[in-house]
Amino acid sequence: MEKLLEVKNLEVSFQTYGGEVQAVRGVSFHVNKGETLAIVGESGSGKSVTSQTIMRLIPTPPGKIKNGQIIFDGEDLVKKTDKEMEQIRGKDIGMIFQDPMTSLNPTMKVGKQIMEVLTKHQKMDKSAAKERAIELLRLVGIPMPEKRVNQYPHEFSGGMRQRAMIAVALASNPKLLIADEPTTALDVTIQAQILELMKDLQKKMGTSIIFITHDLGVVANMADRVAVMYAGKIVEMGTVDEIFYDPRHPYTWGLLASMPSLDSDDKKELAAIPGSPPDLTNPPKGDAFAPRNPYAMKIDFELEPPMFKISDTHYAATWLLHPDAPKVEPPEAVKKRLRKLSSNYPQPIIVKESE
Amino acid sequence: MAEKQKLIEIKNLKQYFNVGNGQVIKAVDGVTFDIYKGETLGLVGESGCGKSTTGRTIIGLYQATAGEVLFNGVSVHAKKSAKELKELKRKMQMIFQDPYASLNPRMTVADIIAEGIDIHGLAKTKEERMKRVYELLETVGLNREHANRYPHEFSGGQRQRIGIARALAVEPEFVIADEPISALDVSIQAQVVNLMKRLQREKGLTYLFIAHDLSMVKYISDRIGVMYFGKMVELAEAEELYRNPIHPYTKSLLSAIPHPDPEIERTRRRTIYDPSQHNYKEGEQLEFREVALGHFVLCSEEEYKKYKAMYS
Amino acid sequence: MQQIPKEMFQPASVDLSEAEKISKPSLSYWKDVSIRFRKNKLAMFGLVLLVILVFMAIFGPYMTKYDYATNDLMSTNQPPSAKHWFGTDELGRDVFARTWYGARISLFIGLAAALIDLFIGVLWGGIAGFRGGKTDEVMMRIADILWAVPYLLLVILLMVILGQGLGTMILAMTITGWINMARIVRGQVLQLKNQEYVLAAQTLGASTSRIMFKHLIPNAMGPILVTLTLTIPSAIFTEAFLSYLGLGVPQPLASWGTMASEGVQALQYYPWRLFFPATFICLTIFAFNVVGDGLRDALDPRLRK
Repeated sequence: MEKLLEVKNLEVSFQTYGGEVQAVRGVSFHVNKGETLAIVGESGSGKSVTSQTIMRLIPTPPGKIKNGQIIFDGEDLVKKTDKEMEQIRGKDIGMIFQDPMTSLNPTMKVGKQIMEVLTKHQKMDKSAAKERAIELLRLVGIPMPEKRVNQYPHEFSGGMRQRAMIAVALASNPKLLIADEPTTALDVTIQAQILELMKDLQKKMGTSIIFITHDLGVVANMADRVAVMYAGKIVEMGTVDEIFYDPRHPYTWGLLASMPSLDSDDKKELAAIPGSPPDLTNPPKGDAFAPRNPYAMKIDFELEPPMFKISDTHYAATWLLHPDAPKVEPPEAVKKRLRKLSSNYPQPIIVKESE
Repeated sequence: MAEKQKLIEIKNLKQYFNVGNGQVIKAVDGVTFDIYKGETLGLVGESGCGKSTTGRTIIGLYQATAGEVLFNGVSVHAKKSAKELKELKRKMQMIFQDPYASLNPRMTVADIIAEGIDIHGLAKTKEERMKRVYELLETVGLNREHANRYPHEFSGGQRQRIGIARALAVEPEFVIADEPISALDVSIQAQVVNLMKRLQREKGLTYLFIAHDLSMVKYISDRIGVMYFGKMVELAEAEELYRNPIHPYTKSLLSAIPHPDPEIERTRRRTIYDPSQHNYKEGEQLEFREVALGHFVLCSEEEYKKYKAMYS
Repeated sequence: MQQIPKEMFQPASVDLSEAEKISKPSLSYWKDVSIRFRKNKLAMFGLVLLVILVFMAIFGPYMTKYDYATNDLMSTNQPPSAKHWFGTDELGRDVFARTWYGARISLFIGLAAALIDLFIGVLWGGIAGFRGGKTDEVMMRIADILWAVPYLLLVILLMVILGQGLGTMILAMTITGWINMARIVRGQVLQLKNQEYVLAAQTLGASTSRIMFKHLIPNAMGPILVTLTLTIPSAIFTEAFLSYLGLGVPQPLASWGTMASEGVQALQYYPWRLFFPATFICLTIFAFNVVGDGLRDALDPRLRK
């Protein structure tokens, strides 16, 4: 499969009064053409900063890309000037945010905002752009697009606004669409519509999607592959089946076990992850998850775990995969999910830093 | 069911808001239900369906347009002396949605938790007051070192627990939780829900749990009410509602929830609710009718017969 | 890869109560504000300037043997010298003594006006905002009407009725000055009263005054404080302006405004008589403004780029 985006060892920090916040601490992943990669994690895990860094949208200062490469279509975005990025943003990479009001201009008609992208990036003339704008609005399921094209964002309902924002993001046929919690603020029925729409459009246009969310239900619905982030690092990454049916990292276990299942009448106590995420001004020594990890070993407090490779596509950073580690039982709720996946290696392999 | 004691009775509650130029929003439009002592009643629906307004009207933050709320048989909205009203307010408390907006940023945690104690004069001395604060902090899994800190130093989950401690300080019988977990991370949601369940067991609390996350609601609730545009369309025991939803809106709502299981997701089909599908005739009376034991649905006479037939 | 000793893979005892620990030192909001304020060099410079000005207003008149009101017709209009540090005016009065005496009056007027504005404004705006509805409508319309009356006309009218003097001057400044504060407080209260912590206090049964003084005003303190620091220089400037029009404090009292007004008539021959009061008016206004700006940034770091 062809890689569209490859992020290598990305490190991003913010300077604050309290000191340097290491928001992203060495993240590597890739996105193939036409696939959806979901990035899961709680607030402060660095998932939004990662995506904003790809778009080069983090304010500098206080933000700073300290290390790493973002290879998009063969070019390193970290080295691009702001001017060059403007050409890429909105043309090759589109972005959808949680709050559509932050990315739609409230004083400009919706149609005009779509047309602007078209005339700027695709050099369309005005009448062609208008036609295309109506077409796009129809594509994202907005009724009566001929009328809607002349309306302002405040005349749209929440779900419609989200659709309009998707239309703006899609206007230039981007190769990559970054969706940062696009449905978190929406009701379930609207969320379902937006997710269906995104999948449908992906099928038609072959766009790659990075989908950032904390809702595992949405992940199961949308993703081809999943990256789980914790404290500025990817702790586990794999295909959606690998993450849901054969999770290996205790944090992933914690996430899966802390959700009640809709299908069981089980009223037993939920397996909550105790404590709070760490403060990234002083990331703890060793594994950042160790203080909240009931499976923690002594080594977790001393040394950061390396990445282990469980199959061609499945990676996890936990000492539990080391041959010397004791065999542990995942939580009850996770055990119910486990399946034997045939693609797994006989033994997890440690990944070398350079890989 | 019948022998259960009713703690809260809500009778035909209406809450209209005048939004100017003659327009009226019927946020809550004739809702009737009971909450039994010691149970958790979940209230679900989409934003704007009136579930939060219902909660706020019950607790008296809004004056009801019409209808009645009885607490232990006593009307909440009827005119009373200031003392009676204060006493009544003590018994009903609320946990709020936004852990960042629900704590006064200029007050220490001790002052926030002790606010109810101060208002109702529940502690005679300073020492007693602080002792209560420490107890409450420990009840919600925090410790006494946290008492002199300010809200901004805490994480979202910790703040929500401080909010719970504040509500508990006045020893309420009934707690309205207005989307208490929707602003929290998944890993933290379970902490708060577990805490709420533990407190319910230990203190015999009664909850009205308002949320739009249906899987958590199902987990925590004994019974669930579904609201749609200011009306309650269905009310049943949690398990029953999920297994046998009757109202088409409930069906569509349930079918829209994504499950954290890729295989289910690959085959899940969504049903879409269209209010016109009922084909109600003019003048047809819509009523909240009991289709099965304890399972109520808003329907017409004709639908009632149909549902009944389907059910048995 | 390095060899890891086997015992490192023993389960560690995790103290889960540790997970609730907050490592950062406790920092109250006001401590945080003060740290941010002190990092702002210009604002700190303004603050130092203000301290010096206030110090001189208190002790300046005692530093010279000359009195602010004693005429000395033998040495009129003298330029600055070792004897008269800032020179003398047309009646031979020592400009140094008069400048610092004037500073007292100017600063007093500024401070008094600001405090009265604060008191009325917070009360008026607070009640209007919190009660809302009809009360708000009526109270704010009254403020609007007062605001609409031509200001100078009002002042001249007051002077005619009450006569010139310090009291009249302060009254003239506050009669419409509080409106600005009231509007700001009202806006804040309108915004804050729907915050969930206010609703929480209501469900706990808190009284209106408790909500007002424990919840609303402390949280509106930032904008109130900024408005306050910016009201003082504007009052000082208004005082100078009114004095310039001959509506200032009566002789032999001196304020910077009256001194500047007299000095301007002799500008061509004795420029120091204008130079000193004018400079201090500028310095004071400048100092208050940068302190106010610094406060605004320190109180609300989001506003800054």
